[in-house]
Amino acid sequence: MTDTPKVGLFVTCLVDLFRPNVGWAAVKLLRDAGCEVDVPRKQTCCGQPAYNSGDRADTREIAKGVISAFEPYDYVVAPSGSCGGMIARHYAELFDEGSDWRARAEVLGAKTHELISFLVDIRGMKSVDTEFGGTVTYHDSCSGLRELGIKEQPRALLASVRGLELKEMEDAEVCCGFGGTFCVKYPDISNQMVERKAGTASATQPDMLLAGDLGCLMNMAGKLKRQGSGVQARHVAEVLAGLTDEPPIGEAD
Amino acid sequence: MEIRSPQFKANVREALGNEHLQEALGKVRTGFTGKRAIARAGLPEFDELRDQARDIKNHTFSHLDLYYDMYEERVRDAGGHVHWAGDASDAREIIAEICQRHDARSVTKGKSMIAEEVALNGHLEELGMEVVETDLGEYIIQIRNEPPSHIIAPAVHLTKAQVEQSFRELHTDLPPERNLDEAASLVNEARHVLRQKYIDADIGITGANFLVAETGTSIIVTNEGNGDLTQTLPKVHIVLTSLEKMVPTLEDVSTILRVLARSATGQEYSSYTTFSTGPRRPQDPDGPEEYHVVILDNGRSGMLGTEFQDMLRCIRCGACMNHCPVYHTVGGHSYGWVYPGPMGSVLTPTLVGVDKAGHLPNASTFCGRCEAVCPMRIPLPKMMRHWREREFERHLSPRTVRWALRAWAWVARRPALYHLTASCAARVLRIAALGRGRIKQLPLAGNWTDHRDLPAPRGQTFQEMWRAGGDE
Repeated sequence: MTDTPKVGLFVTCLVDLFRPNVGWAAVKLLRDAGCEVDVPRKQTCCGQPAYNSGDRADTREIAKGVISAFEPYDYVVAPSGSCGGMIARHYAELFDEGSDWRARAEVLGAKTHELISFLVDIRGMKSVDTEFGGTVTYHDSCSGLRELGIKEQPRALLASVRGLELKEMEDAEVCCGFGGTFCVKYPDISNQMVERKAGTASATQPDMLLAGDLGCLMNMAGKLKRQGSGVQARHVAEVLAGLTDEPPIGEAD
Repeated sequence: MEIRSPQFKANVREALGNEHLQEALGKVRTGFTGKRAIARAGLPEFDELRDQARDIKNHTFSHLDLYYDMYEERVRDAGGHVHWAGDASDAREIIAEICQRHDARSVTKGKSMIAEEVALNGHLEELGMEVVETDLGEYIIQIRNEPPSHIIAPAVHLTKAQVEQSFRELHTDLPPERNLDEAASLVNEARHVLRQKYIDADIGITGANFLVAETGTSIIVTNEGNGDLTQTLPKVHIVLTSLEKMVPTLEDVSTILRVLARSATGQEYSSYTTFSTGPRRPQDPDGPEEYHVVILDNGRSGMLGTEFQDMLRCIRCGACMNHCPVYHTVGGHSYGWVYPGPMGSVLTPTLVGVDKAGHLPNASTFCGRCEAVCPMRIPLPKMMRHWREREFERHLSPRTVRWALRAWAWVARRPALYHLTASCAARVLRIAALGRGRIKQLPLAGNWTDHRDLPAPRGQTFQEMWRAGGDE
């Protein structure tokens, strides 16, 4: 592998549709970390909605598309622990042991990473050169935390942002109630969970709520906005990349 | 016990509107989790012990016939009897027959989830026996005529005030001016009421946390001492348990015990760990004259060798529900049967059918906290996903969901079409936001927008911007 690894950015369907700024933040951070970034056109979604709904056949077909599209790269990086975890931890088990696709899924899984942990653990990034005036609180998204061990990496980089103060919320590791299709399949339960999360996040009186997964962020930001809260929300990559000209999630231009 | 799992959504609505329940659940969220975290932090080898505990059970299941041969022989050698119950009604009949043979009028019981599973109390009561639960939590729900809401803390859904009210309503022979403000005074009152029941009982029934092959021993783990009185005072002790409780040796038991109480209540050990091997021997100062073990299958042997076998490792510590944000929100009764929380969401479809319990494995965000704390390393989210796969294969999931999913997947397999669709959606939703950056109400998305705003797209997808050379 060369000193300038080729990274295939797995944009994620939510970032692609709802918040391109997170994609640009990822591109900037990856380039700062000495990577060459490409965005394969043949990507769509990682397949989690089908996978977690029990539709294995469709998941398998979608996974084959992702595997084919990203095989040429040295690394696959996603600004999401959930999608990153899907490719890294779950793709292989979709295919029969000993099959060609299984082997290809395992190879791809081994070089797939969530963005922030990739920057810190693989590229050795220790700080970012940017500033952000204000206090933030950080929600640990479940898949990133428990499937990929993402906990200290975002905090380490946030500590290097000039002017930023991190105030930890209570139960930062407790699920926000998004859960992909869960939030629309069981809206009453999801609502109580996100209400509790909005409460614990607001209790630290932050200017900004940060997390590493757009699904969780849309859920939490959507609830905070509905409550009329002044707490804003961004993907952690936007702050680390200094790309904060774009209005926060769910805010008017 | 009536299965209310099909009405899961209605159960949830009721639970969310129940102020007492929501107050009680607040304590589960902080109490159990905090204590477990401290206990776990105090034992550096905890994760290694989890591996060993998992391996012990996996090994046992590979040789289950062998260990049961050994176990039955040891129980017989000690003068006890082993009975096999294929299903719930077998278990009820075996126990009723033993009780009737002894002309039993009064039965005391230690806490047993298997007794709940086979609905034992109602059956014995119909036959004219008085059945008295001696575990405080079980006693409380028995007098309130409620099912348990938790596998180790059956009355955890109740506030202290509710318990006080129930005691005052039932214990009318006690002075009405007595003080029941403290948990300790409630415990003392229950103790006082139960004391004579132990002495009067003809039969004592307990569950078992473990069956030990090498010694023919059954073991219960308790905190109140009620189990010991239940099983030593009456002339007959019946152990009602299920087939996955087997472990080969006492050494194995001690390994699993090191993770059990820590995971359950955050104790290093529970107050009582009681070993029973056969009836009273001539030289023993006390103990039952007869000792019976009733081993329930009820669908469990059918899990061996399937993708659900790992669930049989469960030691019923309750850590999964103690850490489950869904359980914290809806409480145990919402799950509609004996076993709530993540372990129930895997086990209940096995025992009562996924057609009835289909909601349970779906009502999870797959946050993974249950698996992260499970002392037996049971991959609970993975098995809930297996149930979703079975439901999808058997067309049990709602047709609208299936169609939407298939349509979405069809598009997701065609990148060009997918990107076109996404671009259109980015524009339409941007317009729908009316310049506010978020959408307050959206047709077909009411389940989202009833509760929260939908942050709006920016008008162009990332792919469009990237292709347009937006990074240059």
